[in-house]
Amino acid sequence: MNVVIALTITGILNLFGSIFSYRKITPLLSIIGLTTAIVFNSMYWNTNQSFFNHMMVVDNYAVAFGTVCMVLAACLIIFYNRFMGDNDHHLPEVLSVIVLSVDGAIVMVSYTNLLMLFLGVEILSISFYILAGLKKKDLGSNEAAIKYFLMGAFSTGFLLLGITLIYGATASFDLSVISEYVKLNSTSTNYLLLSGVLLILVGLLFKVAAAPFHFWTPDVYQGAPTIITAFFATVGKIASFGAFYRLFQMCFSPIVNEWSGVIMVVAIITMFIGNITALQQKNLKRMFAYSSIAHAGYMLLALLSHDYLGGNAILFYSIAYGISSMSAFIIIHIIQTQTGTDEAMGFAGLVHKNKTLAMITAISMLSLSGIPLTAGFFGKFYLFSSAIESGYVLLVCLAVINSFIGIYYYFKPVIESYFKDSITDDVIKLKSVETILLIFLSIATILLGIFPGLVPAI
Amino acid sequence: MLTGLLLLIPLLFMIVSLLMKGKQSGYVALVSSVVSLFISLCMAFTFQHDDTVQFELNYSWISSFGIHFHLGVDGISLILILLTTFLTPFIILTSLQKETDNSNVFFALILLMQAGILGAFTAMDSFLFYMSYEVALIPIYFICGLWGGENRIAVALKFFIYTLAGSLFMLVSIIYLYLQTPGNHSFEISEFYKLNLSSSQQSWIFWGFFLAFAVKIPIFPFHSWQPSTYTIAPTAGTMLLAGIMLKMGLYGLIRFVLPIAPEAVAHWNTLAILLCVCGIIYGSVIAIRQNDLKKLVAFSSIAHVGLIAAGIFSMNAQGIQGAMIQMFNHGVNAVALFFLIDLLERRSGTRLMDKFGGIASVNKRFAVVFAIVMLGSIGLPMTNGFVGEFLLLFGVYQWNMYAAMFAGLTIILGAVYMLRLYRNVFFGEISEASTSILSMSMLERIISYKLVALIILLGIFPNLLLNISAPAVNKLLNLIAHHSNLSSIL
Repeated sequence: MNVVIALTITGILNLFGSIFSYRKITPLLSIIGLTTAIVFNSMYWNTNQSFFNHMMVVDNYAVAFGTVCMVLAACLIIFYNRFMGDNDHHLPEVLSVIVLSVDGAIVMVSYTNLLMLFLGVEILSISFYILAGLKKKDLGSNEAAIKYFLMGAFSTGFLLLGITLIYGATASFDLSVISEYVKLNSTSTNYLLLSGVLLILVGLLFKVAAAPFHFWTPDVYQGAPTIITAFFATVGKIASFGAFYRLFQMCFSPIVNEWSGVIMVVAIITMFIGNITALQQKNLKRMFAYSSIAHAGYMLLALLSHDYLGGNAILFYSIAYGISSMSAFIIIHIIQTQTGTDEAMGFAGLVHKNKTLAMITAISMLSLSGIPLTAGFFGKFYLFSSAIESGYVLLVCLAVINSFIGIYYYFKPVIESYFKDSITDDVIKLKSVETILLIFLSIATILLGIFPGLVPAI
Repeated sequence: MLTGLLLLIPLLFMIVSLLMKGKQSGYVALVSSVVSLFISLCMAFTFQHDDTVQFELNYSWISSFGIHFHLGVDGISLILILLTTFLTPFIILTSLQKETDNSNVFFALILLMQAGILGAFTAMDSFLFYMSYEVALIPIYFICGLWGGENRIAVALKFFIYTLAGSLFMLVSIIYLYLQTPGNHSFEISEFYKLNLSSSQQSWIFWGFFLAFAVKIPIFPFHSWQPSTYTIAPTAGTMLLAGIMLKMGLYGLIRFVLPIAPEAVAHWNTLAILLCVCGIIYGSVIAIRQNDLKKLVAFSSIAHVGLIAAGIFSMNAQGIQGAMIQMFNHGVNAVALFFLIDLLERRSGTRLMDKFGGIASVNKRFAVVFAIVMLGSIGLPMTNGFVGEFLLLFGVYQWNMYAAMFAGLTIILGAVYMLRLYRNVFFGEISEASTSILSMSMLERIISYKLVALIILLGIFPNLLLNISAPAVNKLLNLIAHHSNLSSIL
């Protein structure tokens, strides 16, 4: 499994950066490592290979989700220097943790064994606990780390308990065996199995920050350094959804009626809580934390679909959401450091300070609120189609109501940057590589909004 | 081929106009709109007067969903295409008369909006229709937000959310219809026509589409975005909204709701027409009390489009034909009125009725032009408004006499508020504001004469338009009749 190996080697090489004093080049090293991993990963397209005694299978699903996670992580590393400032003494270590957490994400989207799922979730989560507390002298960051750790550990407990119960019911950790068992026994109610499914649901719903397991999200997202928040909101969420969908589609689709009710209720609560609470937030990071909760609600719709549409929908939505939130968080950070405010008014008059940045803000916000000609629209379109096809028309109508609640707060930064006058006159300057990256993300958003066929079907 | 060009030209010129500076970008936009007008006239002259879809263009767009980039023109679309391409040059000329900040963006947005609207009118694929419908919304949001008047930010956002909220339900309906199509599903509108939906399915579809279009048109309880948006928008924005954009909603009713859910329309049209009639009376009565000229026209617009929608919901040939011609006429009249009001405002710096008076003795030419436009809007015989309103009322009458009686109030009340406007602004003592309207510039004269000529021409020869849409409307009615036959057999 070259991808995992490449990432692990990159991570370890980064660790030695401080000792052998090549810390300056560790960002470059990480990018090279990630690029290599992406190349290795794409070579597995259409091969469906199995690894480690059938513990992992790299099918198209795994390749697609893995690539998305790695590309987003690479984007973050490019921006890392700007985020943390030059006096960051732990650069190599942090980069190593980031790269290794991507390892966890890869495991989470390609497992075929529940133990691997647990392993992946743990690799990702433990890295995240560390990353949340990165600013060790900052009170908010410490709070975020402690909160995330306590809640996360608790939820992982649920996950593990669920896995145990499923093992008890089916006598195996292997997804194919479990799915055979579920298929054969789908008519009779097996309480042991169902309790296991329910507990796993709790564990995974926590990881994707769905209500009512979302309480950690706002504090953690607000407290953690913005670059890490971007990482949680994109890679963390996408990998968790990748794991979520894989498990429930491969194993538990025959008993969909037993758990679809739970997902439906959770999806509805999540969308409403996320959107309505986001409306009232002044702090932008907190607002985006709630909006990411709302997005989890939309993505849960795809879990309910019976066939291939769901997988494609969740993949496309992940890409659209990942790209747009990534640029949104990056811009928030730029604005925050420049104006010193966490609120939407920091965006005031952005168009006079930096036209490109204002344009990118507009595009990413339009995409997040799902306006046509952006990738976000097709993400929503795919999700809604898959849910309507499975007969959840009412649920889609509720999701629709939520999408236009969302417009209200997504438009705040756009309105500020285009329609208001700025509080300060200084021009915002970006490094050319950063501008290129942001423009690249915006072009990708528009391109996918016009030709969604660019994302291959899985 | 021509349809493709029609969409491509504004988009290409949009980019050119973005690169220009100041007035130049406006001239680029003007050239683009004139070229579009020329193309659409070519279409109108080569158009075969039958019920087929012509000038087709069909490419696969998103193959996994069976979405096609399928453009085509039939009689119904052609009238609206002509309306759009006729009015856009006027709109651009109006905006060229005053200085606009960032005018390159302004004109680029107008062109983008034109492309979106033309896309909606030519789309033969429902998904493409939805996309264009929404794409047209983004530029107008920015036009209102960037160049609007007082309180523009809140008003523009309200307008945007309101409209988008409605249209998202349309998206749900479209996806639902798509999944009902047999085999490898398709978003083709013609495929939707072939569906045999049960009456409850039709009702849901009806409401999904109705919400979208009722907000856009706007039909009575969904109108609250409209007066404030019309008032704050820059004149070009108001013209685009009132003249062209709201026709997308009416077009949608004809294109989607009637043929796809005829049973539901037959079932629900009592309520729908009731709402339309409420809107007619409500809009007119409020218009009578307005002092702000732009607001007055905005409220009168609610009344006029209410009548058009009522004609469509009455589901007969006269009603729909009346709607077709009145859509065109209302567009021309609204743009003409807003143009004249803009002229008043530019010269005198106000648009409050009580600030004016006695313009008739200051500038006779202007008074005559305004009178003709006003009479067209009231619907006096020999002007364009008469034919449309007559057919519409005839259609509503066939459906229900009492409904027609109340809908007919639009003409009486229309005369009341328009003549009140005319009396206050043009007669009486000459006020200070009125003295600024001494003369009209060459360009203003050309624009207003052309609009006046159009108003009279269409009043005398309405068949120019009626002949275009008649076969397509007949086909539509056959389709509806066919549907109801089927359901009576089943």
